[in-house]
Amino acid sequence: MTTPQTAHGGAYLQVRDLRVQFSTEDGVVRAVDGVSFSVDRGQTLGIVGESGSGKSVSSLAVLGLHDPKKSRISGEILVNGRNVVGLDDNELRKLRGRDVAMIFQDPLSSLHPYYTIGKQIVAAYRIHHPNASKSLARKHAIDMLGRVGIPQPAKRIDGYPHEFSGGMRQRAMIAMALVNDPDLLIADEPTTALDVTVQAQILDLIEDLQRDFNAAVILITHDLGVVSQIADDVLVMYAGRVAEYGSAEQVLRQAQHPYTWGLLASVPSLHGDADEDLKPIKGNPPSLINVPPGCAFHPRCRYAMLNGGPCDIEVPQLLPLLATHEPGHTVACHLPERQRKSIYEQDIAAVGVAI
Amino acid sequence: MLRFILKRSLIAILTLWAISSVTFFVFFALPANPAETMCGKNCDVRTIAAIQKNLGMDKPLPKQYLDYHAGLFVGRDFERQGREAQHCPAPCLAYSFRTNEPVTSIIGRAWPVTASIVVGGAVIWLTVGISLGMFSALRRGTVFDKTAIAFSLVGASMPIYVFAILLLATFVFGLHLLPYPHFVGLLEDPVGWVKALILPWFALAFIFAAQYARLSRSQMLETLSEDYIRTARAIGLSKRTVHLKHAFRAAITPIVTIAGIDIGGALGGAVITETIFGLQGMGWYAVRAIPNLNFPVIMATVLVAAFFLVAANVIVDCLYAVIDPRVKLN
Ligand SMILES: Nc1ncnc2c1ncn2[C@@H]1O[C@H](COP(=O)(O)OP(=O)(O)OP(=O)(O)O)[C@@H](O)[C@H]1O
Ligand code: SF4
Ligand SMILES: [Mg+2]
Repeated sequence: MTTPQTAHGGAYLQVRDLRVQFSTEDGVVRAVDGVSFSVDRGQTLGIVGESGSGKSVSSLAVLGLHDPKKSRISGEILVNGRNVVGLDDNELRKLRGRDVAMIFQDPLSSLHPYYTIGKQIVAAYRIHHPNASKSLARKHAIDMLGRVGIPQPAKRIDGYPHEFSGGMRQRAMIAMALVNDPDLLIADEPTTALDVTVQAQILDLIEDLQRDFNAAVILITHDLGVVSQIADDVLVMYAGRVAEYGSAEQVLRQAQHPYTWGLLASVPSLHGDADEDLKPIKGNPPSLINVPPGCAFHPRCRYAMLNGGPCDIEVPQLLPLLATHEPGHTVACHLPERQRKSIYEQDIAAVGVAI
Repeated sequence: MLRFILKRSLIAILTLWAISSVTFFVFFALPANPAETMCGKNCDVRTIAAIQKNLGMDKPLPKQYLDYHAGLFVGRDFERQGREAQHCPAPCLAYSFRTNEPVTSIIGRAWPVTASIVVGGAVIWLTVGISLGMFSALRRGTVFDKTAIAFSLVGASMPIYVFAILLLATFVFGLHLLPYPHFVGLLEDPVGWVKALILPWFALAFIFAAQYARLSRSQMLETLSEDYIRTARAIGLSKRTVHLKHAFRAAITPIVTIAGIDIGGALGGAVITETIFGLQGMGWYAVRAIPNLNFPVIMATVLVAAFFLVAANVIVDCLYAVIDPRVKLN
């Protein structure tokens, strides 16, 4: 898969020019600022970016989970062709959990501590199947727990979240998300809170279930290793905007954006040579109340104004690459394409970034 | 569960025993001499000695201590000058220095008064306080919320007697809707019980309601920002279900604990409310016993108050284990 879904029309989820702003006491937070992406059934989109780049805010917008009183949302979010931006809560409610399901980073805090796992899954099922009896819903929940690999599901269903191990809890969370057979599953850093060995199991599980359910999956993560393992497409976000977007192959192997380079160089698992010094990106992500003018990344970019360019004045547009024959690979950077290519070959490929 | 209750009860008994010992020595070892106070101005050494003997205070302190506690469990006899010994059956709390009435009968008379005030007051403060706090959390930033915050600030800072006087002036002296608060037995006359005590209930509830409104509001706001609330919304539950079944359930738990302790504490004597309205409950007797150096009454009120506090703690711990599955009893 080298062509991102943007190349096809009619993907299950299409997000167009999404903007999410929060008004706070300190000012307006531009958490998401003109982001577009899409993902179809059977596909996995990886969204990467440092903390605070707007990954979670984007995905919560798909479920309409932002408080309309405190946030302003514009753009389009087409779920199966229907725009959900501005839909009222009752309409959104039918979509949540049934068409679009979500799993979160910390399964312990994301499950209600006072209700058994079974009760929570049954509630998730019955809200969208109001005619289903409790016992049917329970049977369904047990099946689902078995499918996500929880041993003795008929017994474990009456356990409380705190009685499960981290990995088992996340499995239960996944069971709850999949109990209504959703078409889109959003996993917001589903493995960050887990042990390394468990992480791999959970990712395998998500991959397997995606195949079985033929769902579209959005996987939000900090871990480029995870992305390279299961994503078809990758969206790199910085300060609420898209820095680079393309197929996993394009973004990870022929990265074109200095920020993506930075991410690649700072991931240990992606280094060919374990002794090679990691190069974390210098500085911190900007506040989304005061986003730097021009390219938001310019204060931290090694290549800013290389050509006396407009990096600190003009916001770079997300444009397709022309010289390479790579349809669908888009990058937002003022550097000329040829120059990027030579920098990549000299500086980036050379440090041993390999996947 | 049973083992836990047994263990906690044992600890509770030890706690009570420690409290009673400390109270005993603090009061009885005091340099102030109740016999002198009772004797009045013109009195001589002999009268004082006689009174002291009557009170049982002529014996060495350790002996008095043992006698007092023996009386609690098996009863005891009091020597009486020129008369035969007076038997005080268990649980003996000795006799009032003032009236010579058995302290147990004072408590038997005072406690229903206190209990009536506290039960009615608690129902009001819990309903008003919790619903006010919860609703203002759900309507955060609205006029309702701001009014509720203002109410709880006023409630927390306005002295209870100001509020009590306002109540009396309006409902008793102004509108003549209610009798001046007094005690009526619940079983004898339920309607009269409510009428006679409703003002003290509101006075007591007023301070607590303000506190509970603030507490419930902050608990609810905290709960509403929890991840599991987001999950509940993400699976498609209605706001109503999320608020009632998921948020309220979690936010109420710590309030149950605090309510248990507050009610337990108040059952030992709603001192201010009783004093303001002249209701002769535990607090009223305690306040009068102190300047009189009426040690047996002081001891008894302290013990009863300690008993309810300790019992409330045990009950709250058990309750907590029932409402929060993460809490294990051991
Ligand atoms: N409800 C809100 N009100 C105000 N600001 C918010 C709100 N939610 C998120 N933000 C801000 O929006 C920005 C983007 O947040 P978001 O949670 O999307 O980041 P993220 O990319 O998911 O980061 P992380 O990797 O840490 O999860 C952050 O600066 C955050 O502080
Ligand atoms: S636009 Fe300029 S500052 Fe931004 S990434 Fe490209 S070179 Fe760096
Ligand atoms: Mg996030």
